[in-house]
Amino acid sequence: MSVPRYWREIPGRTRLEAQKCSKCGHVIYPERLRCDKCGGVLLEPYTLPEKGKLLTFSIVRSPPSNFVKMAPFVLGIVELEDGTRITTQITDIPVNDVSIGMSLEAVFRKISEDGDSGIIQYAMKFRPAFR
Amino acid sequence: MKPTSDVVISGWGSYIPLYRITVEEIARIWGKSSRHFRDDLLIDEKAVAGMDEDVATIAVEASKNALSRAKISPKELGAVFVGSESKPYAVKPTGSIVAEAIGATPRVLSADMEFACKAGTECLQCSIGLVGSGMINYGLAIGADTAQGAPADPLEFSAGCGGTALIVGQKEKVKEPVALLEGSVSYVTDTPDFWRRPKQDYPSHAEAFTGEPAYFAHIISSTKMLLDELSLKPSDFKYAVFHQPNGKFPIRAARSLGFKKEQVEAGLLVPYIGNLYAGSSVTGFSAVLDIASPGDRVLVASFGSGAGSDAFSFLVDDGVMSKRDVAPTVMDYIKRKQNIDYAIYTKFRKKIVF
Repeated sequence: MSVPRYWREIPGRTRLEAQKCSKCGHVIYPERLRCDKCGGVLLEPYTLPEKGKLLTFSIVRSPPSNFVKMAPFVLGIVELEDGTRITTQITDIPVNDVSIGMSLEAVFRKISEDGDSGIIQYAMKFRPAFR
Repeated sequence: MKPTSDVVISGWGSYIPLYRITVEEIARIWGKSSRHFRDDLLIDEKAVAGMDEDVATIAVEASKNALSRAKISPKELGAVFVGSESKPYAVKPTGSIVAEAIGATPRVLSADMEFACKAGTECLQCSIGLVGSGMINYGLAIGADTAQGAPADPLEFSAGCGGTALIVGQKEKVKEPVALLEGSVSYVTDTPDFWRRPKQDYPSHAEAFTGEPAYFAHIISSTKMLLDELSLKPSDFKYAVFHQPNGKFPIRAARSLGFKKEQVEAGLLVPYIGNLYAGSSVTGFSAVLDIASPGDRVLVASFGSGAGSDAFSFLVDDGVMSKRDVAPTVMDYIKRKQNIDYAIYTKFRKKIVF
């Protein structure tokens, strides 16, 4: 990912900042110019909840080159408390212990490193809720 | 030292990674005995950062816990300081990553501090100065590390990962103060007991020289200076937290100053998570705040190689009770653990190069 793109996406990636359509109420994440449900252009800032449940997942054992050192890892779809569904990595759990329906919470983590001299990219992942 | 206006701890929060490796597992690889580390240095195991963790991620989670307890918006922070000797970047502030991730940007002062294991309390001293002078309302001071220990080096048995964030504010503006700062001192000399040169992956140390002329001389001197300045004696404190490179040093320092073992035990975390370096003394303080009662007096004395020591006296206030359950305690994180073997440890700590 280019440095400018990573920089532009920091609010959404690290603080779960999204948008809500003022016309139909649909939550848009990641950020778009128009509502992907009704086409509305009046979009208000909205912060996603940091808790949810795991809807489904896949264990990634053959990842793209930037993620090889992290393998194996879990990619999941999490349904947040407000019903929004996001695709995210699941962390802090052995891959074989992950199960559909488990309660999760957001956590700020390192996503990848652009080689030994490039930038370090951070974003929210989800981990089992422990408290 | 004492600021012109009273300064209080407004919120506190820590983070310890999930993973642990025992001293037996490290000793197994290098054909050493674990007895010295477990019985003499009182280290059972140490916390290890996962593949997707570094000082920035540790600092962010600790800061979010501190903000929850402070009950303030991140936009009210006037300063975000991160103290560490394991910065993710050689050039680029960790503080800006943390400030952005918690939502404190852009009207905020931010910097990274480095003074080996006392970088966290350096951040605290600077935040106290800014808040006490009235330049800012709240300052966030973080001490965190993913400490390095060369393979087979004695430091590999103790160098842990984790950190703590403390939010300080002006007493008259904080609704539920957690602890009042009674005073602080800093004691610094040029004592080369531990160092890491540029482009070196692991630090070097002067073996036993890190003891008497470094750790003990500085931490005992700073504590004596503080007690003299505040006209206090060891028995006036309910708790005392000393920097903990191992379990033996803080207990010995405490005893030589006249403190009892019972005053030190609540903040002595090194048996469970190892030495958190810049996060060590502040995480011990955090664990004390997790159990302290209003009216308790707490001594916090850091030590940073190179060398120096900051010492603080805090008087615990009522806010400690109402804010305690808002975020996970240090013991919550210590109990949440998963042990790993040395193979996984080498992967997590990037000792496998490809």
